[in-house]
Amino acid sequence: MATKSLHKRENELAQAQKQLDFLSNGIFKNGELPTFKEKIAETKQFPLTPKKLEILQLNLGYMCNQVCEHCHVDAGPDRKEIMTKETMQQCLEVIKNTKAHTLDLTGGAPEMNSNFRWFVEEASKAGIQDFIVRSNLTIIRANKKYYDLPEFFKKHNIHVISSMPHWTPGKTDKQRGKGVFNASIKALQELNAVGYGMPGSNLRLDLVYNPSGAFLPGDQKALENEFKKALQDNFNIQFHNLFAITNLPISRFLDYLIASDNYEDYMYALVEAYNPVAVANVMCTNTLSVSWDGWLYDCDFNQMLELKVASKIQHISDYNEELLQQRNIIISQHCYGCTAGAGSSCQGTVA
Amino acid sequence: MAKTYYDPADLRKFGSITEWNEELGNKFFDYYGKVFEEGTLTAREKSLIALAVAHTEQCPYCIDAYTKDGLQRGITKEEMMEAVHVGAAIKGGATLVHGVQMMNKVNKLEM
Repeated sequence: MATKSLHKRENELAQAQKQLDFLSNGIFKNGELPTFKEKIAETKQFPLTPKKLEILQLNLGYMCNQVCEHCHVDAGPDRKEIMTKETMQQCLEVIKNTKAHTLDLTGGAPEMNSNFRWFVEEASKAGIQDFIVRSNLTIIRANKKYYDLPEFFKKHNIHVISSMPHWTPGKTDKQRGKGVFNASIKALQELNAVGYGMPGSNLRLDLVYNPSGAFLPGDQKALENEFKKALQDNFNIQFHNLFAITNLPISRFLDYLIASDNYEDYMYALVEAYNPVAVANVMCTNTLSVSWDGWLYDCDFNQMLELKVASKIQHISDYNEELLQQRNIIISQHCYGCTAGAGSSCQGTVA
Repeated sequence: MAKTYYDPADLRKFGSITEWNEELGNKFFDYYGKVFEEGTLTAREKSLIALAVAHTEQCPYCIDAYTKDGLQRGITKEEMMEAVHVGAAIKGGATLVHGVQMMNKVNKLEM
């Protein structure tokens, strides 16, 4: 189990360019596998362009109380990149005027940003339809100052989406750190206690499943049924939906794939499972991602690879939705992760 | 030619058997796909049966494929090992039950 980020370890894969170089060489350079561009061109889907903007995703910072093995953000306690109040204010201006119906706060652990609560209070005034906070669950139990988060979320009608790699402790702790399973269970019970995730409740609680290794997620509905049964039977926990998300070959997961000699097999599996129907609905076509320092990206993955939007407008301070919607989406081989099988996005499958 | 009988990369090329006999190859893969669909047995149950048989057949390709398939379905390693023991028990039992044949023969031949 890692305890430090790639950045802190000064691992060369902490550099976005090194990751992009790796993903463009080897099996993709020698023609063994088609590049993502070649693949989507086969079905005349290149260049990839945005459809109607639906989701504005803000990354409030890379600091996190966990150091998960697969983290594409390379988040951890040692990351100091945090969104400032000034950038938040710029975001609020955009939130007031955007046509997007969903605001999605992520991190790191977004709750660790010292202006998190102020920002949620301000943003909720804009009356956005679906206000998501991606909470890692353990943060709720990490420190007394976070114990009231379930009530805070409820007060602002926040839609909570949380990660849970398995319904057994072994797999969860191996991926996310020792003790994470028990803390997550406790946090889920507390969320249930205030009404989150209960049948018919408007307080939405969804779980995210990431495979705990070099394999793709199985059928989302079948996994949801397994999770629901196990969590209900063993811990009396309820939740609404499970989103099965494929691990993309970037950052710490890429490092793991290479170190465990699984990289080529994993890329083969992604390419073999390529689904053109998923391409049509891939999340970068309806989402804009904003980094902690206000730069704009096609998705959170491109943010981590430092691939800013291909537009004259690249920063939240110059935000112009109409102009941004005219851009082409930047792609590379990591995009195969969103188009495998039933597809993958922050909202689960797409095909 | 490879210097070993088995190459893990060959598993990816399984589909290419249709190149030398498209009709039979396609019929096999259609049948194969149908077998593993949800039916009276769940796809999950079928995956565990396949894993047990993969071991009794001692097919390294099948072991690779159905271990990964199990992980994708969220099947735990404890469940997988129990399935392998089911295969091993049948294999062991199949050996031992032939002991009755040996006993019959001894009883017939001995005075």
